[in-house]
Amino acid sequence: MTLTVTDLAIARGGIPVLEGLNFALAPGRALILRGPNGAGKTTLLRTLAGLQPPLAGRIEGAEDRIAYAGHSDGLKPTLSVTENLMFWAAVFGGRDIAPALDAFALGELAERHAGNLSAGQKRRLGLARLLVTGRPIWMLDEPTVSLDRDAVAMFADAVRAHLGQGGSALIATHIDLGLEAEVLDVGPYRARPAPLDDPDGDFL
Amino acid sequence: MTISTRLNALWEYANPRKFLALTERVLPALWVLTAVTLVGGLVWGFFFTPDDYKQGSTVKIIYIHVPSAFLATSVWFMMLVTSLVWLIRRHHVSALAARAAAPVGTVMTLIALITGAIWGQPMWGTWWEWDPRLTSFLVLFLFYLGYMALWEAIEDGDTAADLTSVLCLVGSVFAVLSRYAVYFWNQGLHQGASVLRAGAVSGTDTEEKVSNVYAYPLLLCLLGFGLLFVTLVFYRTGTEIRARRIKALMARERANG
Amino acid sequence: MIALLKRDLVLAFRAGGGFGLGLAFFLIVTVLVPFSVGPQSALLSSIAPGVLWLGALLACLLSLDRLLALDWEDGTLDLLATAPLPLESVVTMKALAHWLTTGLPLVLAAPVLGVLLNLPAPGFVWLVVSLLLGTPALSVVGTFGAALTVGLKRGGLLLSLLVLPLYVPTLIFGAEVARRGAAGMEVATPLLMLAGITAAAIALLPFASAAVLRVNLR
Repeated sequence: MTLTVTDLAIARGGIPVLEGLNFALAPGRALILRGPNGAGKTTLLRTLAGLQPPLAGRIEGAEDRIAYAGHSDGLKPTLSVTENLMFWAAVFGGRDIAPALDAFALGELAERHAGNLSAGQKRRLGLARLLVTGRPIWMLDEPTVSLDRDAVAMFADAVRAHLGQGGSALIATHIDLGLEAEVLDVGPYRARPAPLDDPDGDFL
Repeated sequence: MTISTRLNALWEYANPRKFLALTERVLPALWVLTAVTLVGGLVWGFFFTPDDYKQGSTVKIIYIHVPSAFLATSVWFMMLVTSLVWLIRRHHVSALAARAAAPVGTVMTLIALITGAIWGQPMWGTWWEWDPRLTSFLVLFLFYLGYMALWEAIEDGDTAADLTSVLCLVGSVFAVLSRYAVYFWNQGLHQGASVLRAGAVSGTDTEEKVSNVYAYPLLLCLLGFGLLFVTLVFYRTGTEIRARRIKALMARERANG
Repeated sequence: MIALLKRDLVLAFRAGGGFGLGLAFFLIVTVLVPFSVGPQSALLSSIAPGVLWLGALLACLLSLDRLLALDWEDGTLDLLATAPLPLESVVTMKALAHWLTTGLPLVLAAPVLGVLLNLPAPGFVWLVVSLLLGTPALSVVGTFGAALTVGLKRGGLLLSLLVLPLYVPTLIFGAEVARRGAAGMEVATPLLMLAGITAAAIALLPFASAAVLRVNLR
């Protein structure tokens, strides 16, 4: 099922940031979001993930199909790598965590407490979580922050494998992942201020 | 005009600009009316009613105590209604009116508590008694404080409106529960609310009646306090709307930067 | 749901999880009371039910600001909100975990502390029963307060200001049961009221908590 976005307008803190967004994300495809800092990429991903309501427009095919990874990985420092991953696997329906550990080379760290991991290792664990969700659409916000070159390659492989299995991915990133993907620059969709005569327009 | 079209006409004032236009027109008249009824009622009550045969001139504190106590609860109720309107219909004016009303309600609760203490001293021989009525007002005061603190703590206007509205809803249920709990916990010294019983005003009710001499100026004071509340809320809501608009315009400015 | 509960319990027992802090606080408050009011056993035994209830309530309050704030800071709440688990169950499980790690130990410790305060013999049973019925409400109401203030820096004091008035009915009926029990009086009415408040809070408040949490996550 394709994720379809029609005439979407989104706001951050009550102020419109993007409007008139239209795109579709078919199974097996990836879409890279680009745009300067503060353009609204994070807000767009959060809106698509259902964390905040859109200002206007329609989002179809997103309900319960999105695995979201934001700036924080939701890891508990006093739980081991396995325990952290097991927890998310259980929440999303109890998948095996071994493939996820393998994909991000976490096998050797499995019994380590997440608090003792380096920033890049934490990030790998956070990305491994995507594999145990079993959700078809990945929404990733700057996924490669603090990853080294090998880890970025690992991540790109994981995305390719995911796309190969009919999944799709929407990635906000500034680096070149070497993926075959369309690019969506959000710059041109910057919202113009609302006209002053709509019902509550005196506020906006 | 049917009732529903009338109601629709009422919703028009949910538009901040229409609300401001209306309140700016009626506010001067409201200020004058408030001053006249309030001063009239208080002067009548304080200087032109006889002393009570039992309570002496102390009784005259009812002209402040009763209206402020009446408003303390009514204001919370008004906040509950406007919070619901915000949650259901998302009219900013409604949320801002609730915000504007809260400090007024707090002050009214405080006045009711203080005048109650001043009245209680000569009557019951103590400044404070853990009487259920006094106690429930004290709890209500705490609810007002929490509600205002939450408004102040949150930066984003809509988030603050949402959270305080839910707090107001939940708080209302717990305030009512507390009232019952407090009555269960201690049967009190305070007389029952005698002012608004029809029998009490008309004088047919012999038990704890408020006689006509006191009742008419009291009703005028109630009206005066009510008008004062409406005036203050209109005025303060206008201020809140302007503050929000300034914030929005500044954000716009930054966005266009 | 079970996974969430299990994880919260494990986290509470691991280093830095804060298990036992509430209990220690309860102990210290109870020990301080005789220092402040004097050691006369008659006085202590008459105020014991109230002091123990207040101590338990404050100990509950103490641990509330960690209840959701930690999951908020590390992004877990964002991820949970996009998980197949409804937020209503998330907050219910959070409240249950809070009760199991804070409320239940307080209930079990209360009789021991009752001895310190010279609680009359018939009071012990009713103290435990009233705390057992009342502390779940404290956890559920506290979760609502935590959900309201989760996005705020230094929300701890505000959380107390918001939650304490909501604790009034539970405190009144709970302490009343313990007091009447200690005095050998009929406890049925306050006990039923206490149970009713707890049942209603558990049934309804998670919806309010989830609603405000959604607002805060926006």
